[in-house]
Amino acid sequence: MDENRPIFLQIAEQIENDIIGGSLPEESQVPSTNEIAAFYRINPATAGKGVNLLVEAGVLYKKRGIGMFVAEGARSTIVTTRRDHFQTEYVRPLVAEAAKLGITRSQLADMIKREGAQ
Amino acid sequence: MTAVVEVDGLTKTFGTLNAVDNVSFTVEENKIYGLLGRNGAGKTTLMQLLTGQDFATRGGIKVFGETPVENAKVLQNVCFIKESQKYPDDFKVKHVLTSAPWFFRNWDREYADRLVDDFRLPTNRRIKKLSRGQLSAVGVIVGLASRAPLTFFDEPYLGLDAVARQIFYDRLLEDYAEHPRTVILSTHLIDEVSNLLEHVLVIDEGRIIIDDDAEDLRGSATTVVGTRGAVDAFVERREVLHREGIGGLASVTIGALSGAERQHASDAGLELSPVSLQQLIVRKTNTSSTEFEQSA
Repeated sequence: MDENRPIFLQIAEQIENDIIGGSLPEESQVPSTNEIAAFYRINPATAGKGVNLLVEAGVLYKKRGIGMFVAEGARSTIVTTRRDHFQTEYVRPLVAEAAKLGITRSQLADMIKREGAQ
Repeated sequence: MTAVVEVDGLTKTFGTLNAVDNVSFTVEENKIYGLLGRNGAGKTTLMQLLTGQDFATRGGIKVFGETPVENAKVLQNVCFIKESQKYPDDFKVKHVLTSAPWFFRNWDREYADRLVDDFRLPTNRRIKKLSRGQLSAVGVIVGLASRAPLTFFDEPYLGLDAVARQIFYDRLLEDYAEHPRTVILSTHLIDEVSNLLEHVLVIDEGRIIIDDDAEDLRGSATTVVGTRGAVDAFVERREVLHREGIGGLASVTIGALSGAERQHASDAGLELSPVSLQQLIVRKTNTSSTEFEQSA
């Protein structure tokens, strides 16, 4: 866990990563908040807050008396949201750092192509 | 939410010292609280007042809705693990464990036995002969296995090694999940426990200076680093929690920033870094370096 950011956000992101990565397929059951709390050594209420964030976003849904499950279409919902943030969170700092180092736009484009080819 | 502890205008004076100074707060049921603060801040005094082991000079205390002093109905639901618990001279570890159920009606003997194995505690050894860490382990075991609806741990892990502390954190979380109860954990090791806490109370010089959810505190402050002129321009008209500098560089801790403000800061060539709970508390309870910088 990164000490410096709200942990419930990190829990939500971790579950999202597992959904994108395929280890939590749609309609599969998500670990309980107590299991998440024990695994990451965090307060169960914090784990619950992270899970609830994803319920509100429609990524997870609750089956009464059983637990939390990954909603149908959750993966594409997450991917769409993350693509929206990709520009500001990844591309902008990349371009800013490149400018700081005097890397030209075409050099930067070459670097990205080379990285993609690997 | 049900309040387990309600404190109103509580003051405790020793001579001319206000060890607890006009403090008011509530503790809600089934949450894990951190009671944090520097040495001599008033943590132990406050817990002694809450557990009826000392008399308040002024102000009101309600624990489970009643005053705790000499109140068996309240105290049988309270477990207070002290930093330096005294035991009868010839007591062995097993005597502590067999007498505990007389005081704690939720005592789980099997659980206590499992914890004894976890901490590798020699039950046939005299308390006096235990190492500091083993003595702390006795307290931790009593605190966990008593399953009191309100449990206080005052610096429970003095001398406990890293492995034993981790066992304590893990067992606390596990057992809290299965048997929810109110836990108040007082400690200096803020980084180690910060993830376990739901709510944080910080006491400094007898006063409560932070009373917030742990998650709201995380990310509630940002450190801005850059050239002195740029930093000063950016933090102008903001509340500064902490400031330090070297040469032409300044590092200033301020409150949380919005997305637009962050963008503005990075456009101005400033580095932003987050502030952990421990750093935040250090900054709020340590004014000396701020004063030093301002006078320099």
